[in-house]
Amino acid sequence: VLKESKRAVNSILVDDDDEDEEDVERVSWSGEPVGSISWSVKETASSIRSGSEQSFPKIDTTPSLSKQGSGYSLSSLFKAKSKPGAFQSFSESFSDTSSRTYAPELRKPKSDGKDVVSDLSPEETVRRMQKGRAFSLEKFRSLQDKLLLLDEAVAVYDGNVITAVLIFLKKSLSKEILFRELMARDVALRHYVHYLKEMGEQKLLVELLKALGRTEDMALMHYKEHLNIKDESRRRDFLKSCLSLPFSQDDATHVQDHYTLLERQIIIEASDKKAVAEIFKKFPRKASILNMPIITTLYYSCFYHYGESEGTFSSPSNIRKTFRISEKQYILTALGARAKLKSWFDVDSLFNTKNWLGYTKKRSPIGFHRVVDILHKNSAPVQVLQEYVNLIDNPDLKLGGALKYKCHDIVINTYRDLKDRQQLIVYREKLERDSPEYRKIQELLNNVQIRWKN
Amino acid sequence: MAHTEWRDAPELPDFSLLKRLARDQLIFLLEQLPGKKDLFIDADLMSPLDRIANVTILKQHEVDKLYKVELKPIVSSSDQLCFLIRPRIQTVKWISDLVNADKVAGRFRRYKIIFTPQKFYACETVLEEQGVYGDVTTDEWNFYILPLDDDILSLELPEFFRDNFLEGDQRWVTTAGSALHLLQSVYGSFSKVYGIGRCAKMVYESWRELMEEGEQRTRQPEFAKVFLVDRDVDFVTPLCSQVVYEGLVDDLFRIKCGSVEFGPDVTSSDKSIKVMLNSQDKVFSEIRNEHFSNVFGFLSQKAKNLQTAYDKRRGMDIQQMKAFVSDELKGLKQEHRLLSLHIGASESMMKKKTKQDFQELLKTEHSLLEGFEIRECITYIEEHINRQVSMIDSLRLLCLLSITENGLLSKDYRSLKAQYLQSYGIKHLLTFANLRQLGLLEEQQAGETLTVMESKVGKLVNDKTVGKLTDAFSSLAKKSNFRALSKRLALVPKSGEEYDLRVPRDMAYVFSGAYIPLSCKLIEQVLERDGWTGLEEVTRMLNGQEFAVTGAPNPRNKTDAQRIVLVMFLGGCTFSEISALRFLGKERDTYYVKQIEYMVNIKLSI
Repeated sequence: VLKESKRAVNSILVDDDDEDEEDVERVSWSGEPVGSISWSVKETASSIRSGSEQSFPKIDTTPSLSKQGSGYSLSSLFKAKSKPGAFQSFSESFSDTSSRTYAPELRKPKSDGKDVVSDLSPEETVRRMQKGRAFSLEKFRSLQDKLLLLDEAVAVYDGNVITAVLIFLKKSLSKEILFRELMARDVALRHYVHYLKEMGEQKLLVELLKALGRTEDMALMHYKEHLNIKDESRRRDFLKSCLSLPFSQDDATHVQDHYTLLERQIIIEASDKKAVAEIFKKFPRKASILNMPIITTLYYSCFYHYGESEGTFSSPSNIRKTFRISEKQYILTALGARAKLKSWFDVDSLFNTKNWLGYTKKRSPIGFHRVVDILHKNSAPVQVLQEYVNLIDNPDLKLGGALKYKCHDIVINTYRDLKDRQQLIVYREKLERDSPEYRKIQELLNNVQIRWKN
Repeated sequence: MAHTEWRDAPELPDFSLLKRLARDQLIFLLEQLPGKKDLFIDADLMSPLDRIANVTILKQHEVDKLYKVELKPIVSSSDQLCFLIRPRIQTVKWISDLVNADKVAGRFRRYKIIFTPQKFYACETVLEEQGVYGDVTTDEWNFYILPLDDDILSLELPEFFRDNFLEGDQRWVTTAGSALHLLQSVYGSFSKVYGIGRCAKMVYESWRELMEEGEQRTRQPEFAKVFLVDRDVDFVTPLCSQVVYEGLVDDLFRIKCGSVEFGPDVTSSDKSIKVMLNSQDKVFSEIRNEHFSNVFGFLSQKAKNLQTAYDKRRGMDIQQMKAFVSDELKGLKQEHRLLSLHIGASESMMKKKTKQDFQELLKTEHSLLEGFEIRECITYIEEHINRQVSMIDSLRLLCLLSITENGLLSKDYRSLKAQYLQSYGIKHLLTFANLRQLGLLEEQQAGETLTVMESKVGKLVNDKTVGKLTDAFSSLAKKSNFRALSKRLALVPKSGEEYDLRVPRDMAYVFSGAYIPLSCKLIEQVLERDGWTGLEEVTRMLNGQEFAVTGAPNPRNKTDAQRIVLVMFLGGCTFSEISALRFLGKERDTYYVKQIEYMVNIKLSI
């Protein structure tokens, strides 16, 4: 239906001109006309002060905007809502840098008067910091005062101020003392950890986590560094140095794998880069194998190094054993690789098992319907497909597969076993006249010994 | 078929005012740096800026050249450089390096950083530490809210989720509070505030502080109520595959800042086209909230109608033809173009979704939501991982399994994690650590690990603090209680019942009738009860942190505004939730405006 409607739409002949083109693609830089600033000012201003019946929110009755009087200008509008520090014009602040009205650190502003600012309580100081007004932290010298300041910042939920206070504490307290105090302050601690992460202060961060007893986090943090190392041998050496870190038991295994994997990939890459074997000429490598996941590496090895003895690093069996790959995963990967190469013989032997009498039997840890899917995706011929469709356990899936992949024999036999004469007749019509399948159905339908159910 | 327009819909506040305010402030800030200047813009600010200003406006205010911030050395001959950026330490470090490089080269320039939506002390400290504080002046552009559509507002802060929920950094709390404050200043006071979640509570507090000091506004309010909800109250919904049209477009093509880029496979030409997706697009606005199984029928009907309209031309005389061309043709051509795009999009949607065994994926998700045949689900997820298909889908399924089952059994967790790392790369053990921290993917444990952690820390600190730590740790190990919640709130309809997706009967239609989004159900319940009364058990399972506050009394005469509710998702929301709320609004004769931090399409990587 969709295709039809699409065709219908496309077939409607309308001459496309450039103007229409724009109608749809108009996304960039399309704004409304400017101007109208005065309007918005008026709109905002007139909305002030009209009643008194409010219970929520608690409002203090000093409308600041109305004081601006009639001289509405753009700047006065924003001045009313914004922080004073933001409104120095560029030229002012540039020519007289010493008179900045606020600074994040210990700077004492000239204009505000030092007594006013430096005698403020933690509450008032934090409040001023929130507003972006002038403040001074140098009064907070005793540990107790520093912590009061920090706790106050946490109490008002302002992450920006919490971090600002932490920066101050970082500079004015020894790290041992700071770490100790942060242990009991989870919110502040998380801000501090995040700040150090963003600043790239890896060393200090590792020390902090160690002091907190968060050794696993520390190990992961350290391990993460490998992502920034581009050169593969340096990366490998770095991963090696990670092996002694206090990971959880599971992660220790994974990191060990990571190191082993990269080590092998480097060896394989070095030799395959100049490999001359037939397979490399027929199917030139599209990318290097470095830093690929384990399964991709296994696929690669099943593709280029199938049948090598377990002693070589690049052999599938070696990779399978080293990285404890499950049978299911192995079969799935090997199947994909061998089917891609159309080595149906290899595919066959993947599933062959011998029982104690020496008979071969096909067995698979993944459903045979999945096997068929994979084979089909790699355009396996019908003879191959048919064999695996036949192995599907679930009768519905089996019939579905047979119909989908045109395995006539299976379809016919299934209908015969179901004694479903009608379906056979229907199916016959889909076949070429006088083809062997057609004739087979014909014979069945003529067979008087079958008791059809319909 | 959907009708986005319904009778008697209340008039929505005019959000273009917000754009105008933001634009005017930007112009003001640019004027603070008179003379010609080059402007460097943060990459993720480009699209939001696109929505409120244009190049001409910038040029009018003496912006000479525009550059994208790429954290690389620059080539600019201008004497004045202006940087329009998010307050990020990395960007400020880069600017400091530029300034210092100029200093070494003996080059004199003026530098100005405009932080948006606000500046952080940490950023200014970088300027100070790098010795360029004073050489660089800083300003704030309080561009808090970007209206994305008639009923969607966004803060466009993609880092909100990670910073707040993963890192535990509350730097955006006041930003969200300020955004609410701005809305209130422009559109009047709210009469009622509801919320749930730790962040929601903090945002409310920060907003209340602002209100207390702020100027008085008692104009007729344009909103009635606000609902604040933390993303981590409902992690289940964003983990489900989306099946409403807009959600699917987002899953497949990524909708960014209200627009999407359709590639050549959709446009059936050799180029990509950027399209705005909003209520202006008449075709889109009719299908955006629809289950995708309905969309194709609708589109083909549309195509037939269009054909008929074009066919009118036949047999027209000159006069009629002239009228047709001037009155109708342009509209038809516009519709024609939109129609082919959406048909193209649906087509490639179908292709991709069948290739990825979409039906099987959906079936697994539904089983997980229902708590049915969990073993089979695990086997499916395992195979999904083994086949190395979509890394993100595998992770989504794992998280959904963990949340719905209150964590994975130890042996399952270990085996699935090991297989995941084998398939997609060992470095993802960092991803697993992050997901554990977020509570999205956990290993069930008998309290052992926590005790070990505590006693380790306990050796280092005194007893009182150990108590506090225990609290902190146990809050980290909170349970999702999804099954019980789902039962209590009837989120999963009884299986076996037919669900007619063409005539949705509840919000479950956004997930094919299999699940009502928890977040939206909560909103519905609270608004219905005008508070949390009767939902005590539910909030207990959601770890509390709920609140409801009454503010200004309702104006006596019932106005449209009484029916408008602002829902704020802290940490982002999905298009499915938006569709569900639109549906709820239609049912309850209430209109919901959604304010969000960012459209999430969960990306959970390192």
